[in-house]
Amino acid sequence: MALTEAAPKPAPNPAVARPARRPRTQIDRMDRKRQRWGWLFVAPFAIVFVTFLVAPLGYAFWMSMQTSTLATGTSFTWFANYGKAFTDPIFLEGLGRVASFALIMIPAQMLVALVAALVLDNLSTALSKFSRLMIFVPYAIPVVIGALMWGFLYSPRFGPATDIFGLVGLTAPDFLSQGTIFASLVNIVTWQWAGYYMIIIYAALRGIDPAIYEAARLDGANGRQIALRVKVPMISSSMVMVLIFALIGTLQFFTEPQVLRAVAQGAIPVSYTPNMYAYSLAFSYSQFNYASAISFALGIVVFAGSYLFLFLTRKQSGLK
Amino acid sequence: MAILTPGATAPADVTDTDTGSRSRGSARRGNAGRDGGRKIGSHVLLIILVIYFITPLWWLTVAATKDTAGLFTGSGGPLWFDSEFNLFNNIAGLFEHQGGIYWRWLGNSFFYALSGGVGATILAVLAGYGFAKYRFRGRNAFFSVLLGAVMVPMTALVIPTFVLLSNMGLVNTIWAVILPSLLSPFGVYLMRVYTQDAVPDELLDAARVDGAGELRTFFQVSLPLLRPAIVTVLLLSVVGTWNNFFLPLAVLSDPNLLPVTVGLNNWQALSNAGAGGEQVWNLIVTGAFVSVLPLIIAFLSLQKYWQGGLSLGALK
Repeated sequence: MALTEAAPKPAPNPAVARPARRPRTQIDRMDRKRQRWGWLFVAPFAIVFVTFLVAPLGYAFWMSMQTSTLATGTSFTWFANYGKAFTDPIFLEGLGRVASFALIMIPAQMLVALVAALVLDNLSTALSKFSRLMIFVPYAIPVVIGALMWGFLYSPRFGPATDIFGLVGLTAPDFLSQGTIFASLVNIVTWQWAGYYMIIIYAALRGIDPAIYEAARLDGANGRQIALRVKVPMISSSMVMVLIFALIGTLQFFTEPQVLRAVAQGAIPVSYTPNMYAYSLAFSYSQFNYASAISFALGIVVFAGSYLFLFLTRKQSGLK
Repeated sequence: MAILTPGATAPADVTDTDTGSRSRGSARRGNAGRDGGRKIGSHVLLIILVIYFITPLWWLTVAATKDTAGLFTGSGGPLWFDSEFNLFNNIAGLFEHQGGIYWRWLGNSFFYALSGGVGATILAVLAGYGFAKYRFRGRNAFFSVLLGAVMVPMTALVIPTFVLLSNMGLVNTIWAVILPSLLSPFGVYLMRVYTQDAVPDELLDAARVDGAGELRTFFQVSLPLLRPAIVTVLLLSVVGTWNNFFLPLAVLSDPNLLPVTVGLNNWQALSNAGAGGEQVWNLIVTGAFVSVLPLIIAFLSLQKYWQGGLSLGALK
């Protein structure tokens, strides 16, 4: 390690900027001893990390390599469960379903969040402050409660849809049928999360130096051009972060369909998403080995998907 | 009127001469009186958004004041009050139904969220500080693994965690919910990013020169500087544990240990299955209403803490 007293802000290394008067070896020894404190600070987290992340992952992998049958007991079958998973039409259908949710739901949430944030960034009235809070409030509602609430609202028995559509002389659609459940779920998730993403994007917008807008305006840009050509590119790293959150969340879709299943039995099968499939395999059929393989396979797909996405957007996000 | 001064990186309020104390939002509009029409359009759009986001909560508030019959055939329709006001009857019903187990669920939720959230925050603050301010062997390797872990879907861990916990005999105990909740790789990441900028190395060196030990330096010098990030991480992890559904659903079966989310979901499933005496729609609705109040109140009253903080991760 280089000892430089010149650097005024030695980036990550607290040890660099020390007076280099004493003999080098002594400093090095003291320093190395002090750096060990780092491990002490990290240790409690490291224990939890190993126990509840590394160990379950490793154990899931180990379990997924085994097959348990009544006739032969448990035997080691290598990747047989994965072969089964990636040719299992139910699992693949679930994967395809969460992929199409990602394609529709994420742009929907991003669009609502971005439009709301851009509008709010231009205003500082009492109404805009109030709106910012109200748009965010659904984030404070547990996902289960949100899904329960929408379940009531969608229901023809409790919901207001019949009355609202009746006002204009239409019959309300059945929001919980096979054809509409997809859109109904997209709506719940957008309602729940768009406000949270809006706050992240809004905070990023507030961090931009307003002098840039003045410069753009002097160059003849109008409000819309400033929003699309100046603001959006400047907050791209926040947008990438929001997208990653949304992507990881969507691929492990579980709570909303699981809760809505009670009111929309016909439209949502137990294997609607990969996570629901793994849950029912494990807890209804006690197939823990195969369920582990499904969980692990889903984990790999999510991990690879978000990693690929980060790689593709590394320019926008500023991550190298 | 905002005037571009040389060296325009100065804080915005310096150039804001028309209102002085207002934020830069108002400064920017000072020279833009012409877009009054657009302002009206923006406000209309905002009102539409607010109606969309608030309607379900309005429905919940109104519905909590109805009895079961009122929910089905209330005189005011689903979005207005019924002729009878039954909120207090419903709350009393929550105390009676199944021996008042609802309040136990609510208490469990508080307990899990606070213990899991506080625990996760403590671990994240310590680890973030260790990663940011020390250069120990294996630091970079561990941190890279941790960054990868941010992208591991937590639900993929539920089933293996269940099997591990059941081997340890911890399934169906409070530990099965609390211990996995302590894991927050994203919290550690946030704390590291924040600590790096908020705690100058010179300050730590000065404290050491004055003879403070590493722990004393951490508690008395660094910790006060980290407060905004600590509040944010605490809020995120409390909300995360409070929201958790999959994990408690999998690891708990004793009704007395359930958090309110799983409990209400069970009531709803029973009511939909239509078993005669189990149809407690009014209690589900009122229970949901009561359970969302604490967090809404917390968010509204802690505004100034979370508004800047939630974007921490993006401002790296």
